[in-house]
Parts: sequence; C-alpha cells; structure tokens
Amino acid sequence: MKITLKVWRQKDSADKGRFETYTLNNVSEHMSFLEMFDVLNEELIQKKEVPVAFEHDCREGICGACSMVINGRPHGPMQGTTTCQLHMRHFNDGDTIVVEPFRARAFPVLRDLVVDRSAFDRIIQSGGFISVNTGQAQDANAIPVNRDAAEASFSAAACIGCGACVAACPNASAMLFVSAKTAHLNLLPQGQIEAKRRVQAMVKQMDGEGFGNCSNVTACEAECPKEISVKNIAKLNRDYAGSVMGSEVEV
Amino acid sequence: MGWLKNFLTSSIGKKLVMSLTGLFLILFLVVHLIGNLQLLQFMAHDSAGEIGRAFNEYALKMTTFLPIKVVSYGLYAFILIHAVQGWMLWRQNAAARGPVRYAVSDLRAVNTNARVATRMGWLGTIIFIFIILHMYQFWLQMKMGNLPMANYGDGDVKDLYTIVAEAYTNPLYVILYVVSMFFIGVHLWHGFQSAFQTLGLNHNKYTPLIHKLGKGYSILVPLGFAIIPVVMYLQSLNA
Repeated sequence: MKITLKVWRQKDSADKGRFETYTLNNVSEHMSFLEMFDVLNEELIQKKEVPVAFEHDCREGICGACSMVINGRPHGPMQGTTTCQLHMRHFNDGDTIVVEPFRARAFPVLRDLVVDRSAFDRIIQSGGFISVNTGQAQDANAIPVNRDAAEASFSAAACIGCGACVAACPNASAMLFVSAKTAHLNLLPQGQIEAKRRVQAMVKQMDGEGFGNCSNVTACEAECPKEISVKNIAKLNRDYAGSVMGSEVEV
Repeated sequence: MGWLKNFLTSSIGKKLVMSLTGLFLILFLVVHLIGNLQLLQFMAHDSAGEIGRAFNEYALKMTTFLPIKVVSYGLYAFILIHAVQGWMLWRQNAAARGPVRYAVSDLRAVNTNARVATRMGWLGTIIFIFIILHMYQFWLQMKMGNLPMANYGDGDVKDLYTIVAEAYTNPLYVILYVVSMFFIGVHLWHGFQSAFQTLGLNHNKYTPLIHKLGKGYSILVPLGFAIIPVVMYLQSLNA
C-alpha cells in the first residue's frame, strides 16, 4: 500500500510546530498503525533525519500509552480500538492520513505526537488510598457483591487512562476518565469507606488541572477505545453533589 | 460557607446551575405557551365585539397576581443566570482546548446531536437577543407603555392583544418569531436531555423516556409558539 502521512512535528513545547508530509510506498496491510510509524522512523534515521516521537508500550491495547489523533479521531477510525491495535487494512491504498497529537491545555505537547498526560496521574493520586486488609487474600465471596454492580464496576475499570476522552471532547473535559475511576470503586462495597472524600478530591484536582466542563456532547464515549459509558458521568455528578451536600466531608 | 462557594464554582456545580435554571425555563415555556394560545380566536372563544378579551384578562392576571409576580422575578433572574453562566462556560471550554486547534475534526456523539451540542453557546446567544427584542416589544409595553384600553364591563384593561395583532401584520416580525422558535427548538434538542444527565439522572428505565419526551417537547412547544404569529398574520390579511 502507498500511504501519505501528514504528521505534526514539534521540536519541544516552546516550538510552534507544523505538519510534515511523508510518503511510504511499501506499507503492508497487516501492519499496525504504530508499526507503520516504526517503518517511517527507520527510513528517517537512514536519511539522517530526526524520527517522529510517539508514545507506545504494550502494543496490546491495554496500557493506554499510545495516543494520536488520526484523521480527526483519537485512536483512529475503528470503534473500541487503540492506535496500536489499529491495522492498516482499514485504510485504502493511496490514502492521505493526518496525524496530530491530543490537543488540550491540560495535555501540553512535549514533542511531535507526545503529550504530557501527567495531569491524569495527579488526579489518580488525589484520590488517595483505599482501605483493604493486607496479609492472606480473603475468601473470594467473603463480601457479597451484586452481580450487576460488579459488571458495571468492571466496565468502568476497563479505562486505560489514555486520554482519548479529553482529546475527543470539544471542551477538553476529563469527566469520562474521572467518572470511570470513581465509579469503578464507588460501585463496590469495598470502595465505600473513602468514597465521599475521594470523589470531592478527584473533582477538585480535575478542575485545577485546567480541563473543560462537561456539556454532555458524548464524543468521549464515541471515541473511547474501552467504550466507557457516559452513564458513569451521570453517576459522578450524583456522587459529587451527594458528597458535597449530603455529607460533612470537605476537601 | 466556603464549601458552598467551592461547590457552585466547581465544574459539576456550574453545570448543575445550568441544568436547574434550564429545567425551570423549560417548565416556564409550557405555561407561557398555554397563555399565548389564547391569542388564537379558535382557542379563546371570545364573543363577537370582545376579540382579545381572554388574552387581555390573562395578561392582566400575569402582571397583577402576586404569586405570579414573585415567580416572574425569579424567571428574569434565572434567564440571566443561565445566560451569564453559559457564556462563562463557553469561554472556559474554548480555552481548555489549548492554543492549537485540530487541523482535522470528525466529531461523533452517542446519544445526542454533536452539531447541536457543540453550538449551544451560539444558539443561546441568538435566543438571548431574541428574548431582549421580545421583552422590549411586548413586556415593556405592558409594564410601561401607553397601551390602548379595552373595557369588558368591569373597568379598563390594557389591550395588549391589539399591540400583538398589529405587530403580526408585519411579515418581518412573523419571520423573526418563527426563526427564533426554530433556534429555541434546536437548543432544546440537546438541552432537554442534557439537563437530566447533569442532574445525574441516567437510568435504564427513565433515560429512553426522557430522550423521547425531550424530542417531542423541542418540536411541539416551539411549533406551538410559531403557529401564533403565522395564524394572526393570515387573519390580518383576511380582515
């Protein structure tokens, strides 16, 4: 396959950045999108040019390291797929593909397609600890859990924290991420002990990082590679208001 | 009290204010429509020689009955809060994208219209301008203007009906009102269901109902308002 790439190149966070056009003549349809970038970078290195910086780690769709906005969609055109699991067979011979970094004030570009997503780490840290007994693992059924709650919690816990929700949201809001992280604990009996404090602390950190406000556009759910539902955002709204107005907890 | 300020200035608190004021305005529109339908003669059944009586007596009630007056001041406040808060959110959200925009945009949504949902600020601004024009044209006339008087037996009543009927002999006003109602309908297409999601109401049983109700509301209520100037204009042609 012949693929023309328009890739965002930016030397560092101070650089203005621009698009560069590259043409790859021998792209295999079995390659993943990242493998195509590996091939591009090998060619650039052979030509003594600077390779394109992009993030990747597991390449199995579970680590959340890969990013990229491909033709206007975070993680590209396939539903419920990360960039590393996106294969070139979903594109056509001769296609021109525009590749940009995630764009959000809270995710500043470090270089080329790499953005600083440490705002998410700080939100997770603000959630604090959860109380569990150490030592021997307890019997699996010692705490009864409603099956539907367990399923909903597991669906929320599928969030890999990649930031596609922020990249997709026209407001660059982090509500889907934060709601997935609070819901996966708040839906379970084990998560109740710190639930009230956690939800207030994480929302406060989220607001402080400069993400936008949710206006229920639902682009986040449409682009989430783990298909996290906006039902979690409604739950976060509920849990947050309930904690602020219905408890004595102040963060 | 610091907690209350923190709550109302948090991202979720600000959206909650939008949701609650929006839901109040949604309720208000229904009441407003029921009153306005009395402008239509086939609804009002005014007897011959007393055309406009039902509407004029309703308008008098609206401006003199104390509980309604109290609620109306709440209404003005809620319109302003919804508008000002909306503009602030619009500005903050635009800034949150950062200095560089996407070169290619392909926006999708799962259960709303993405084109509408991302243009709520523009739609709201158009609607706000319409509300100012509308209030200047009728509300201010009723409150302070020099209106013709009508008498139905027990004292003079301000004849707002005649003012409205005269306005709608002008096709430009008719177009302004019909187009504005279209924008209100589009705004509500996203706003109605969005208000419930912000309240935290997303439920397997109720959400499908809310979505259907919202779509029905955002078509029928603006349509009901839009019919009035059109019918009154057509009547003026026959007269």
